[in-house]
Amino acid sequence: MAFRRVAIVGAGMTKFMHRALETPKELAWLAAKAALDSCQTKLDQIGCVVVGSAPDAFDGVHMKGEYLSDGCGAWRKPYLRCYVGGGTGVYAVAQGFFQVASGMFDTALVVCEEKMSACQPHPQAAFITIFDSVTEQPLKPNLLWIFALEQNRYMQVHGITLEEIARVSVKNKRNALGHPAAQLGAELTVEDVLASEVLAWPVHRLMVSPTSDGAAAVVLAAEDVARRITDKPIWIQGVGWCLDTTYWTNRDLFYPEYLEKAAWMAYRMAGIREPRKEIHIAEPYDPFAYKELHHLEGLQLAPKGQAPKLLADGVFDRDGDLPATPSGGLLGVGNPIAAAGTMKICELFWQLRGEAGARQVPGKPERGVAQAWGDLMQVGTVVVVGTKAPQ
Amino acid sequence: MKSQTQKWHGEIPITSQYTAGVAGQIFLAALKERGELLGSRCAPCNQVYVPARQFCERCFAELSERVSVKTSGTLKSFTCCHVDHDGKQLRAPQFWALVQLDGATTLFLHRLLGVTEPAQIKLGSRVELLIKPKTKRAGSILDIEGFRIA
Amino acid sequence: MNADRENGAPRVVRGTPVDLRALKRGKIFFTSYTPRLRYAWDTGEAISRYLEELKHGRLIARRCHRCQRVMIPPRMFCERCFRPTDEWVYVRDSGKVNTFSLCYVTWDVRRLKQPEIPSVIEIDGASPGMGILHLVKRVKPKEMRVGLEVKAVWKPAAKRVGSITDISHWEPISRRG
Repeated sequence: MAFRRVAIVGAGMTKFMHRALETPKELAWLAAKAALDSCQTKLDQIGCVVVGSAPDAFDGVHMKGEYLSDGCGAWRKPYLRCYVGGGTGVYAVAQGFFQVASGMFDTALVVCEEKMSACQPHPQAAFITIFDSVTEQPLKPNLLWIFALEQNRYMQVHGITLEEIARVSVKNKRNALGHPAAQLGAELTVEDVLASEVLAWPVHRLMVSPTSDGAAAVVLAAEDVARRITDKPIWIQGVGWCLDTTYWTNRDLFYPEYLEKAAWMAYRMAGIREPRKEIHIAEPYDPFAYKELHHLEGLQLAPKGQAPKLLADGVFDRDGDLPATPSGGLLGVGNPIAAAGTMKICELFWQLRGEAGARQVPGKPERGVAQAWGDLMQVGTVVVVGTKAPQ
Repeated sequence: MKSQTQKWHGEIPITSQYTAGVAGQIFLAALKERGELLGSRCAPCNQVYVPARQFCERCFAELSERVSVKTSGTLKSFTCCHVDHDGKQLRAPQFWALVQLDGATTLFLHRLLGVTEPAQIKLGSRVELLIKPKTKRAGSILDIEGFRIA
Repeated sequence: MNADRENGAPRVVRGTPVDLRALKRGKIFFTSYTPRLRYAWDTGEAISRYLEELKHGRLIARRCHRCQRVMIPPRMFCERCFRPTDEWVYVRDSGKVNTFSLCYVTWDVRRLKQPEIPSVIEIDGASPGMGILHLVKRVKPKEMRVGLEVKAVWKPAAKRVGSITDISHWEPISRRG
């Protein structure tokens, strides 16, 4: 490989909350500081800083990256913001990886932050322009439409039932009960989920992640530095990302092909040939219940249309063959857009080190995949991490 | 037939509601209740940040030491502004001052009052911060009226 | 395991949730700002023609001679072949529902009594899978299904302005079963 080896050596996050007292930069600082403290690393040992955050309109701060920089530890340091919609939180870690793998820096601090509560009356207003300004916005679209349309297509093509989808909410909200940062952990039944209000059929309220404030961060280091910092580095084995067209009404929404491409890019880099056998934990992006299943299929961790059945069989439970979203995910922990993706990488870091406490997946897992998704249902970002250094 | 390009009008209908934050809450409460200006000291970095902050941007330490800074200071820079943020002419020019408050290491931005033209102002002048009476204070940066040349 | 826990996943994480009642009572200091931004988006070459044709009660697409796709909404370049598209093609104002939702809330999550039915409609005469976003009406929510054949209901010519809303909505072609 033409890259230097890069490991995650520290991770930290804030609580995910409906509304935080903290300013966006205070949230970023809490997460960045927690990540640095977790590996006894000082800010002056950090070579560069990468920030990920969704549109400026959420926090209501134009050029949010620049505003956040001091909270991210970037005072007088090389610093850059990256953004690929909802896929940002996982992509930002890939972006940090490039900085270190290339040899430019020995360490990188990656911070993702979102404060959606600032956006009134509802953050959806900031999403309206995601629809084509001329051919779609005059129809007064609602952001829920695209998820509902995609979920319906996915269900119709495979004959999937709402009960099968609702199981994702049950699992993830239950998993979140073990997460100290969680906003919406709960013990629910499939009936509870189906009894919750229909927002945009087939989407019910309990199938939707909340809007949240929060931040998450990881510390990356080149091999020699990583081995000095910790005897349990978690290696970045592969990264991948891919975008499909914004002409979203011109492609079949039942399957995320862009994610398949992104996943294989990361798997090839990691030397993975049979993802279902070689990956032990998955943290797929779950802003809506169906998305976890849709993404597990795109990640090649279930055959097309089969993820609901595997879920019903317990395969994706925390003690199943392939635990999915042991963190509790966006549905349970919360969804401060970019921070939610990085939270998934934090979770893999803790799980693979055997440090996840009440959430620990049994059987000493050695490899995990985290994935995020976004924009106009068109971007897939993937990071594979593991306990073994890449070849 | 050549198409005629048209324009389509739209907007992003949002209002942003910014909480003052952990340190901002403390700063504004002191301003509102006691008419006091609070800063945060980072002793190792030799900094006193005003308004108060939760963390030091230089060393990343949490800042718990609050210091009350004086309402007097030194004028470091100013501008005389003739237009509003839409570019419309203001009826009378507004003056804005950048001031180093005594005891602070950072600069503080607010209105410069009682002047009508740049020739009346000298950099390095001593200035004094005017704070509204308690009954008119709401916990806002506008609880401060502005600076006046001493 | 104990040593692990010292450096492990945090048992306590920081962050200060705000009680919304405290916010309303003025205990939490905040400021508000409403940006007064108005946008004027140029519709560009392809969509300008699309809008003009809508005004005349017609749907138009663009064909790419390399991949042979007939694309709607029309575009001046083919994103797959990355070359200019080649010709204008009129397509029909009928199609099939590819997917739909029954939406009971407005964008700011206010409740609707009667659902809106946003749908992706695959347009007859365009390449398979080429759909546009629009609203279906005059159908009972229970009768809505993927594959339903629908036709455009146009506003009267005098009320058409060159907008996607010159199509008032779409409705089922036949009311069988």
